[in-house]
Amino acid sequence: MSLTIVVCGSLVPDPLQSLIPMPTPDGFGLKNEMMLPHVLDPWAAHALYEAANLAKKVNGKVYLVSLGLKAKLQQSMMTIAQKVPFELVAVDASHSGFSDSSAVADALAAAINSIAGLDKSSLLIFGGWESASRAAGTTMQIVGEKLGIVDQFQGVDEILLNSDGSFQVLERVEGGTHQVSVCSGPPAVLGWATGNLPEPPNNPQVGMLNMRIVMPAIQQAKPATIKDQALTFHNVEVPAQRRQTKIVKDTPVPEIAREIVEWLRL
Amino acid sequence: MIAERETSMDDVQRQAMDVDIACVGFGPATAAFLTTVSRELLNEDGTPKLLSQKMPGMPLQIMCYERADDISFGVSGVVTKAKAIRQSFPDLTVEDISMAQEIKKEKMVYLLDPVGASRRSTVHNFLDSLLKPVAKNHAIESPFIPGGMNKHGGLLFSIGQFNQWVGAQIMSSGLVQLWPGTPVNAPLFDGDKVTGIRLSDQGVDLRGNPEAAFMPGMDIHADLTVVGDGPVGYIGQQLDEHFGLPEDHEQKDWAVGMKMVVELPEQSTLEAGTVLHTLGFPEPEIFGFLYVHPDRLASLGIFIPSWFDNPARTSYRYLQHWMMHPYLWKDLQGGTLKSWGAKSLQESGKHGEPLLAGDGFARIGEGSGSTNIFLNSGVDEAWMTGILLGKAVITLATEQKPFSKDNLQATYVKKRHDSWLEREAQIAAGARNGFQRGFFTGLLGMGLTMLSGGIFKVKTPAKAAYERSVNLIDFYKGRIPEAEIKKIQQESYAKGIAASDALMTRAGWPDIPYDGQLLMTHQDALFSGGKVQAAAGYKDHVVFLFPYLCETCENKLCIEICSGQAITPGENGIPEFDREKCIHCGACMWNCVKTIPGDPTKTNISFQAGSGGLHSVEN
Repeated sequence: MSLTIVVCGSLVPDPLQSLIPMPTPDGFGLKNEMMLPHVLDPWAAHALYEAANLAKKVNGKVYLVSLGLKAKLQQSMMTIAQKVPFELVAVDASHSGFSDSSAVADALAAAINSIAGLDKSSLLIFGGWESASRAAGTTMQIVGEKLGIVDQFQGVDEILLNSDGSFQVLERVEGGTHQVSVCSGPPAVLGWATGNLPEPPNNPQVGMLNMRIVMPAIQQAKPATIKDQALTFHNVEVPAQRRQTKIVKDTPVPEIAREIVEWLRL
Repeated sequence: MIAERETSMDDVQRQAMDVDIACVGFGPATAAFLTTVSRELLNEDGTPKLLSQKMPGMPLQIMCYERADDISFGVSGVVTKAKAIRQSFPDLTVEDISMAQEIKKEKMVYLLDPVGASRRSTVHNFLDSLLKPVAKNHAIESPFIPGGMNKHGGLLFSIGQFNQWVGAQIMSSGLVQLWPGTPVNAPLFDGDKVTGIRLSDQGVDLRGNPEAAFMPGMDIHADLTVVGDGPVGYIGQQLDEHFGLPEDHEQKDWAVGMKMVVELPEQSTLEAGTVLHTLGFPEPEIFGFLYVHPDRLASLGIFIPSWFDNPARTSYRYLQHWMMHPYLWKDLQGGTLKSWGAKSLQESGKHGEPLLAGDGFARIGEGSGSTNIFLNSGVDEAWMTGILLGKAVITLATEQKPFSKDNLQATYVKKRHDSWLEREAQIAAGARNGFQRGFFTGLLGMGLTMLSGGIFKVKTPAKAAYERSVNLIDFYKGRIPEAEIKKIQQESYAKGIAASDALMTRAGWPDIPYDGQLLMTHQDALFSGGKVQAAAGYKDHVVFLFPYLCETCENKLCIEICSGQAITPGENGIPEFDREKCIHCGACMWNCVKTIPGDPTKTNISFQAGSGGLHSVEN
């Protein structure tokens, strides 16, 4: 069984930075967004690692469809490319976190459709169930709809291939449990939760192999405009933060829990 | 370029790769080197101009490995004349780089002590009392900036944003590959020839022992290894250990610079392009700076030098008192911390210059002794070293000559020693050594050097922290009784924290009124001002070489100076290291007061190449 796995993984501002929403002439955006370092959306990153793991088992191929500004793609790919083998399909566009997920899905679906020789009968579309860029958790679903793929799974933590071409999927449901589904085969869309795989180490050799394709792909990235005609943000606020850090070693777990509860009650 | 072969070294099978040039560290020097060389790699028609020896028919194959997670995670507010940078970018405008600004106003400010806790001599206090009546906001503004120190017409910028800007241009050429998140563990030697580098092993425990996911670091074989890994770079250290420093050269003069990027409050009257240099407070030995970027952002901070004989040398607490000085606080109160960080400065300059080139390697940047501390300038000098090496490499590659010691000496080293860099470095060499004997002697030495163009200097040898008489009892003599000092130290260490905070409070420094916005605990700054990351699977990069020496160490400067509170008191007096708080400033290495058996110049703390560190691009 051979699979083609397309991972939708866009760049987002590094969630470790202080992200401050602010109005711009084009709607809401982030303060100094261009100054911020960008990373592969952590949710999509899980999907990429799972895709690479799966592709290795079935001798499949992984495409990474990534939406971001060219300059940011160039910078971020030097890190991402060291993780796992993939072929990049770059889309030159800024979508910030305030874009309409339907408009983003449009651009992603168009990029997927542009992959030459893509065999949809062996196609799995992976992506993040959620996003670190304040997405509504709907992008992957809409990508699937636009590609005409009806078998969709969201909040996925595991995929197991069966010898008959079918596969079993574990989706997160309420209460920390999983719903187990069996799908007869591709095509399908899987929006990943965290999966089970650790972040792979940086492998310079993988990086070198990827970069043969990554740099030309970035050079050839087609510009896309993300139109937000259907969506307007009236107000945006980040949750208030309270911070009171202290260093205490060897505190018993019950004591830590008690302090957290007390702190939450304040 | 990827050689599908493996080498067997140290009984570990490693992947190996052959390249023409391998660079270690991406800072201004390496950026300049790559900018210079990459422009000459191709002819106008796109055919290779500088031919690769490893991939026939292709241009030189150049790799650059940076240990930080992104090429833009540097720490340094930069104020510079930018003459070397403009040599590379003649059409440079400040609009090209975020946070860059032309310098419009520059002031030198002497800060009096409004708190009464600063440790000043009787003479110093007397002179302060004379100045006090004419001081405004407890400060005296100097009517002029001495000689070459002023940077009028120059630029101020954030090193993170600058690196991001220049890195994007280098990468867009597609001719050079920059690999962040890739620490380099060792140079590869063949006798005295450097044949490349070995990347750090992954999938190891904190001590470097292989675990289940072990992935040996790759060997990168290169005809030329360019070492630009900064003042505390591990590859530079190992080269110095192998070759030794040139005769009469030594690296004993250091400082740690701690800085913040602050969003200024609306009431601030500081204009973009303003540069302030301060001296006198919070301690006479501590100098400060404040640079105003566009959009009401400011880089500000202090330097704690190795000749400051206070074992309770906490940069963070001192930085807060410095910010709260009335002269500065009027423009900072109500501001917001945007970013924070620290770095070591190798202040020996020319006197600390290592062997600049040998068979298969060349040194550039601050680790090569380029920082001119007399002129308060380092980035432009580092950039110049990169240009000079770049030109040398172009010459040698064009003539198809090997990167041998003789060839690199005849090109890079000779050009460097014939350049303005060397002339200015010679004037600066030892110009600040007077500070080794005290504040006023230091000022006198600086003045003499300035007026005589470097002919006259206060001649006194620089001493490393481990050679100075540094102890708490002496420093707080007359202010805190010996028994109480020991009690405070014991109590603090029992809590697992440094003693400096409690000692400063006891010595009269007021508590910091935390506002959670600009004034906050050290740990909060760690989370709010940059966010520290430490990737799993690497060994610890701070190692206490001989733990028994720590057991007998009374001062524990490593704990007190640690910029991220990553080094804390541990059992039996042996400090503990938590890399998830380390911001890779390297100050622990040169603040350690114990030297190891057999090498009186090497301290007991080995500062190695680690992944991660601060995630901040504004610094």
